[in-house]
Amino acid sequence: MHIDLSHYKEILIKGVWRENPVAYQVLGICSALAVTVKMSTALVMSIALTLVAAFSGLIISSLRHWIPSNIRIIVELTVIASLVIVTDQILKAFLYDISKQLSIFVGLIITNCIILGRAEAFAMANNPADSFVDGIANGLGYSMILVAVAFLRELLGSGQFFGFSVIPQFLYDMGFQDMGIMVLAPGAFFIIGLLVWLKNSLPGVSHEKK
Amino acid sequence: MGDLLSLFVNSVFIGNILLAYFLGICSFIAVSKTIETATGLGFAVIFVLTVTSPVNWLIYHGLLAPGALAWAGFPEMDLSFLKFITFIAVIAAIVQAVEMVIDRYSPLLYASLGVFLPLIAVNCAILGTSLFMVERNHTFIESVVFGAGSGTGWMLAIVSMAAIRKKVRYADVPAGLDGFGFIMIIAGLMAMTFMMFSGITL
Repeated sequence: MHIDLSHYKEILIKGVWRENPVAYQVLGICSALAVTVKMSTALVMSIALTLVAAFSGLIISSLRHWIPSNIRIIVELTVIASLVIVTDQILKAFLYDISKQLSIFVGLIITNCIILGRAEAFAMANNPADSFVDGIANGLGYSMILVAVAFLRELLGSGQFFGFSVIPQFLYDMGFQDMGIMVLAPGAFFIIGLLVWLKNSLPGVSHEKK
Repeated sequence: MGDLLSLFVNSVFIGNILLAYFLGICSFIAVSKTIETATGLGFAVIFVLTVTSPVNWLIYHGLLAPGALAWAGFPEMDLSFLKFITFIAVIAAIVQAVEMVIDRYSPLLYASLGVFLPLIAVNCAILGTSLFMVERNHTFIESVVFGAGSGTGWMLAIVSMAAIRKKVRYADVPAGLDGFGFIMIIAGLMAMTFMMFSGITL
């Protein structure tokens, strides 16, 4: 079987950059805002979401000829919810502390618009391998934004990177202070807004229509 | 009674489901273009939340919680890992029912809410409220109050956002910040305003 790699590359670039789910399609930002106080939670959440997106794409696409179209949402949700249960159990078993910090947001992967959106828009119309790659691409696109936001919030809000202090002490001695607002809810909104502005100002990005 | 009032005020203002916990942002952005549709969706969310939260409470404490199946002879059974899939199924079914009722009695509202009604099922605010309700060990009455309070808080946020967007429609925003980025900044300012409520106790 001939595998056309450039085709997969195309899907990847589309998901990660040109049609980035968070910044361009405005999907799945609920969790992008909530779990980005620290790098560690953001990273675990990114990995969990990417895996769920990839495997739900694979499974739903394999089943697409047998799913009756008027109950497809329920079927898609069932597949996604089962995958999320597996993810949640794995996190509880191996990363208990982080799973406590993520609290309900692992469960909310079910209602993350990226996963259902890709299942509806892509997996129902394409073959399993393409859908798997598309899930990974969109998961990576989401992870990129998540990690960027978490990096800025952790750095500006508590002067840390993965829990290690990175701002040198002499800066604090000179009067530098952590920006408390970054740890709180408004900081997340501001950072996402500014990141979208930055992204729209870069070349090669399709602008969203007003 | 005082506790319930305090819980209600807390879930509307201090722990606002949208501005403090970021739940339901997708529809918050998509449906806040006009005040009418925002109000319609707001009421739909209040209704769905007030119904789903106690229904999920009954299902969780009657069937899924550790030891809940003792009456059936399975005192060791712990089905709480099934809560995700059960809750989402209950929510999807109730949303379907609400959609049919609105379609029957208010075709105008149905036409303007359009594709967003099915999206209530995947609105994180609905599932999030049910999950919070389990995590915070609410009692049955508290789950009703918490559902109604979260819904009211969500509606308050989306209607205010629709009103603000109406005011800034002709504002001269820098190119690139136009649209989504600008809305996020407004939401950030709203979240800061809501933070003023923290520390209020009844």
